Amino acid sequence: MSNTTGIPSVNKEKIKLGNIGRFSSVMLLLSGLLILALIMNVNIGSVSIAVQDVFRMLWDGIRCGVINVITRGNYAQELEAVMKSSTESQILFSIRIPRMLLAAILGGALSVSGYLLQVFFRNPIAGPFVLGISSGAKMVVGITLIFLARHIGTISSLTLILAAFIGSLLITSIVLLFSQKVQNMSMLLVIGIMVGYICGAVTDFCITFADDHDVVNLTNWSMGTFSGASWDNVQTAVMMCVPGILAALLLSKPISAYALGEGYAQSMGIRIKPFRILLILLSSLLSACVTALAGPISFVGIAVPHITRTLLKSSKPAFVIPATFLCGAVFCVFCDLIARTVFAPTELAIGTVTSVFGAPVVIYMMVKRRRIQEG
Amino acid sequence: MDYYFKTENLAVGYGGNILIHDINVKLEKGKILTLIGPNGAGKSTILKSITRQLETIRGTVYINAQEVALWSPKDMAKQVAVVLTDRIRPELMTCVEVVAMGRYPYTNLFGKLTDKDIEAVHEALERVHALDLAEQDFATLSDGQRQRIMLARAICQEPEIIVLDEPTAYLDIRHKIELLDILREMSQKKHITVIMSLHEIDLAMKISDYLLCVKGDTIEAFGPPDVILKSHTIEHLYGLDNGSYNLLFGSVELAKPQGPPKVFVVAGGGYGIPCYRALQKQEVPFATGILFENDVDCQVAKELSDHVIVAPAFETITEAQFREASEILLKCDVVIDAGTPVGTFNQLNSRLLQLAEAKKIPVHHNKNKQEVQVWKP
Repeated sequence: MSNTTGIPSVNKEKIKLGNIGRFSSVMLLLSGLLILALIMNVNIGSVSIAVQDVFRMLWDGIRCGVINVITRGNYAQELEAVMKSSTESQILFSIRIPRMLLAAILGGALSVSGYLLQVFFRNPIAGPFVLGISSGAKMVVGITLIFLARHIGTISSLTLILAAFIGSLLITSIVLLFSQKVQNMSMLLVIGIMVGYICGAVTDFCITFADDHDVVNLTNWSMGTFSGASWDNVQTAVMMCVPGILAALLLSKPISAYALGEGYAQSMGIRIKPFRILLILLSSLLSACVTALAGPISFVGIAVPHITRTLLKSSKPAFVIPATFLCGAVFCVFCDLIARTVFAPTELAIGTVTSVFGAPVVIYMMVKRRRIQEG
Repeated sequence: MDYYFKTENLAVGYGGNILIHDINVKLEKGKILTLIGPNGAGKSTILKSITRQLETIRGTVYINAQEVALWSPKDMAKQVAVVLTDRIRPELMTCVEVVAMGRYPYTNLFGKLTDKDIEAVHEALERVHALDLAEQDFATLSDGQRQRIMLARAICQEPEIIVLDEPTAYLDIRHKIELLDILREMSQKKHITVIMSLHEIDLAMKISDYLLCVKGDTIEAFGPPDVILKSHTIEHLYGLDNGSYNLLFGSVELAKPQGPPKVFVVAGGGYGIPCYRALQKQEVPFATGILFENDVDCQVAKELSDHVIVAPAFETITEAQFREASEILLKCDVVIDAGTPVGTFNQLNSRLLQLAEAKKIPVHHNKNKQEVQVWKP
């Protein structure tokens, strides 16, 4: 305690628990970026819409909507009138706005889903994509699209979410079974990647023997894209993701204790088993929602929580969860912007862009962690 | 007598298989109980069962006359805090955040810390002398610092009982002493009951009010250290076939050299010990004498040699003892005079040296205790 002697007493006020100031500035920064991203996203595209027009139309839309809600008037018709008043506003209201909202919500949800998995495995490199969970969701969704579509006809987004959820849970339980046998995290990641390949193979197998007509749907979807987003999709995403993220926030207290390991967490009064099950269910629900609505999107789940923690310089869950959601939203809206504009009119798959930005972050993390462990 | 902590016919183990059974322990409030025993004896298993991390197989644990198994996890957390062997690696957590985790059972749904909680955190940090570490990243700490922070976390939980699994592992001697001092203080001033496992028998003897010796499938002994520790308890407990453990000094001696003695050390008063150690290192079997039974040389000699000629304390050495010593001495190749001063009681020791010279056995004199020279015969 040689270093204590220099400081005889430390003021009680000096004990700081979590840097609220830093958290607020990070949230402000991310919100600013999100607004910027949203504006750019509405503005830029094959039809360029001037910013002031965007605001004018938005204003019209909102005013019209609000007035109609208050007066209980015929909301839909009035809004439709505004939306159809020009091609520009049609593009704006029925294509760009739902698309960017979907990108923002799903990006945030995917990031929070990755964060929950990292909490669960107590490893920052865990994520729905590397553990094969996204591939599992893709497999079940694929099978649903190919085989069920014939019998049911159109498939609602809720059915897709359910299929993806089943797929996610299936793969998660397989990975969990293995995790009891192998304590080594890198082995678990390898297993996750292998399971992912198996799911990919099964999906490919189904595609090979499916009708061309069914496959078109599937290939579009399996590339991962936010194009074709509708207001219905946005509504479904909000309905699924908002409760999921609120639930994650409610778990932030046990999550912070769980960071000290199961033994300590248990000794502080956490019921470990239900807590772990809850974590997995929430994470699977969020990632399933994303996979069902936008297809598999890689690396967001790992890269975004890491970027967020680095920005916050803290791992306090009550800070990290909302910040991760915002950061994921910003990340995905920007990636989507790049995906649809850089090689316009050809659109890139969203996964292509997120990989380019996300994978280097993951590599950097691996190298840095190795250095810490060795040093 | 009112016992604060009690186990009744407790049987513990993994997956329904009993590892250790019939554990009966009774402690008053504010006492320190230490579990000792060889590696893999099940000390951690017992501790984990007490803290409910493991389900007990049979028997009951009582705290304050209440059955612990019936408590909710939260009530349990308010009574019992732990310091585990798990090496945790929380990322981007400051020490004060780790310590504040101890307030878990007391805070609201979002873990908001009240002024009272912050005060408790501060007090805990102060108690382990780690206030200056408060803002540091936990991952950057040394083992000793980490252990102090984990102890502060446990203290901050304001428990009645602290359970520690090998808290001194990885710590150097200074940090061991500091940690045990803090535990002593906690038990004395705050009447916190301490239950822990230790590998250092000497420290366990000195800090504990009770010892629990764990070996095989049952408890070998339970009671205050001076009652249960007899001369060969430790050797038996740890299965020491070669080396030995000196209870008085709390020190370990390595295996004694085997075979008939080749060197005779004329010693006493502590002069002999450096010679014994030097011979032991060279694996030369030796005899020594004539030592009074209360002599410090005698304590060590008995652990390192089978041929120690002992005389009763405060009595003049007798002719019979001299004859016994000279018989062995004459069979040795070398005699060492450890340099012990000769007085009234041990005059016969100088006759041993004279005898050796008369019989042309080489005698080496170690005049200065510091410069021990031992020649191989």
